[in-house]
Amino acid sequence: MPSLPDIMTPDAEGLAAKAAHGGAHAPAPDADQDAFFEFLLRMGDNALILGHRNSEWCGHGPVLEEDIAMSNMALDLIGQTALWLGLAGEVEGKGRSADDLAYLRDAWDFRNVLLVERPNGDFGATLMRQFLFDAFHFHQLQALTKSADARVAEIAGKALKEVSYHLERSAEQVIALGDGTEESHARMQAALDDQWGYALEMFAGDATDAKMADAGIAPDLADLRGPWDATVQAVLAEATLAIPENSYVHKGGKQGTHTEHLGYILAEMQFLQRAYPGAEW
Amino acid sequence: MYAQLVKSEGKSKAELTPEDHAFQARIDAGEKIEPKEWMPEGYRKTLIRQIGQHAHSEIVGQLPEGNWITRAPTLERKQILLAKVQDEAGHGLYLYCAAETLGVSRDELLEKLHSGDMKYSSIFNYPTLTWADMGAVGWLVDGAAIMNQVPLQRTSYGPYSRAMIRICKEESFHQRQGYAIMMKMANGTPEQKQMAQDALNRLWYPSLMMFGPSDKDSVHSVQSMAWKIKMNTNDELRQKFVDQTVPQAEYLGLTVPDPNLKWNEEKGGYDFSEPDWDEFFNVIKGNGPCNKERLGARVKAWDDGAWYREAMVAHAKKKAARRTVAAE
Amino acid sequence: MSSEWPLWEVFIRGQHGLNHRHVGSLHAPDAELAIKHARDVYTRRNEGVSIWVVKSADISASSPSEKGPLFEPSNDKVYRHPTFYDIPDEVGHM
Repeated sequence: MPSLPDIMTPDAEGLAAKAAHGGAHAPAPDADQDAFFEFLLRMGDNALILGHRNSEWCGHGPVLEEDIAMSNMALDLIGQTALWLGLAGEVEGKGRSADDLAYLRDAWDFRNVLLVERPNGDFGATLMRQFLFDAFHFHQLQALTKSADARVAEIAGKALKEVSYHLERSAEQVIALGDGTEESHARMQAALDDQWGYALEMFAGDATDAKMADAGIAPDLADLRGPWDATVQAVLAEATLAIPENSYVHKGGKQGTHTEHLGYILAEMQFLQRAYPGAEW
Repeated sequence: MYAQLVKSEGKSKAELTPEDHAFQARIDAGEKIEPKEWMPEGYRKTLIRQIGQHAHSEIVGQLPEGNWITRAPTLERKQILLAKVQDEAGHGLYLYCAAETLGVSRDELLEKLHSGDMKYSSIFNYPTLTWADMGAVGWLVDGAAIMNQVPLQRTSYGPYSRAMIRICKEESFHQRQGYAIMMKMANGTPEQKQMAQDALNRLWYPSLMMFGPSDKDSVHSVQSMAWKIKMNTNDELRQKFVDQTVPQAEYLGLTVPDPNLKWNEEKGGYDFSEPDWDEFFNVIKGNGPCNKERLGARVKAWDDGAWYREAMVAHAKKKAARRTVAAE
Repeated sequence: MSSEWPLWEVFIRGQHGLNHRHVGSLHAPDAELAIKHARDVYTRRNEGVSIWVVKSADISASSPSEKGPLFEPSNDKVYRHPTFYDIPDEVGHM
């Protein structure tokens, strides 16, 4: 039944409360808290910016059923954002809420990969981006359910249920559109060629990733590459789409160097909080 | 209302056949008419027009609010607004399906919307200029819609009635979330309060127009009411809306922009000013502030999505063919 | 050029183990997507429900005889029976 209580996670409050009183599940004691904060921003910002992009389709989808499905994905992702950024604020320990982090940081403080901030393009390009991200997100969350930090494991467990469905859906559609008509095949191949180099940023590890892996909080990114390749290759093969040979990686997003697009997203998203500081909505 | 100025295709008394009389007797007895049953052609056509217009209003109605999804001020507000606009897509979907039981396809109805042959509610041709409009739309526009939709749950046509029941269940959250936004704004900073008052000023009369001009003497209305596809006159619903809304505005500390608004003890309701009906007819004709943008956005979504819809069908056919081959 | 997706009827069994019941219709290119759409449109996030879809064109419904429906309509039950739905008490309130 499409009414709000069903859409919001039933136990979101419980999860948030647990996240807020994390004493019972202290993180691995030797974990670098600054790196942990960075990692949580990456999780939250990926969900936030992709959810934002997906929400741009609401009212503009190619058919009602897809309009509704795309909004569901956006709702899931924004719900996950609140959990990740809520925990990030707690780990940071400066009293910032999830909303403070979403609405009051400038672009250089955002930690999402470039893939998710790029413009939607046509519906097929949006689905291709979704698939490339979902395939990563799914394996990442699966690993995170075994995180040494119980709060991370709990959020991942909840998100994994949603993302499993996202992946099922986006994979099915990528296959259908790759296979469908000459035109849809050409559009999907172009989308794949365009996005491939951005997708690979998800595997470009840095010191933060290494610290998280060492502390057992997050998986080693290299360990995710194999499962991702397997998923992506199988789906793209069935879609009759060719994986681009160019393996140049566009990166920087995870460290705060973004494309020009993020600035516009934030200008729109943060407008009210910036124009009326301190107001409650 | 979401369906305004719907022409009814009744017959004169002399033309009525025994079937027509028996049909009317069923309706008078409170029975539901179901898709496969006999019905007068006029009943069917009128319903297609009305349900279609209602469905179009739901999907065009996504746009003025969708306008603010990317600018919602908190994560929670973003979720709530997105969920609400998504619901509207769902309501459009239920209604198109109800119309389809009458022998018209959803694509045909959409084509008529896109070509301008079918209309949607005048209200969605007004702009949403500030965040307070998200509050005012939920509170006033959904409030007005509910006035009409609650009685329509008892409409004579089964699929329409069932769609309305489902929609009403969902719609009550819409009005509540709108009012909640208004409460925040009305009790917020001076600028927020000003935004709230400004939204009420701009949307009050367009909301009153949603019920359509007075139809107490209209033949169409009499026929539609006899068929129970219209349950109340436009004036009845408008009065009810004003009576319900004025105290809600007072609670917010906002002023309804009508110097003639006054409680009338005798009739047990408010006296109020009529909206500007010239403006209403202009908006219906296409001269509202956002007509071109709204319809343009729907047409663009449909045209841009054509390759996608075709490809999905092409794939489904190929897949089915491969299965058949594999089975042989 | 007709690329209109076919219409499907959706039946859902909730968590309480009651029979599948008709909840509405939708358009989808094939059965697999019809099930996914049904989940998105009619159940949103209720885990553990079971969904059936069937092409509307494949439904056989009892067909009213020429006179029957006019004079004995209550004996006729097509699949869209109104008593599938509960009208909630709170309908009518804000």
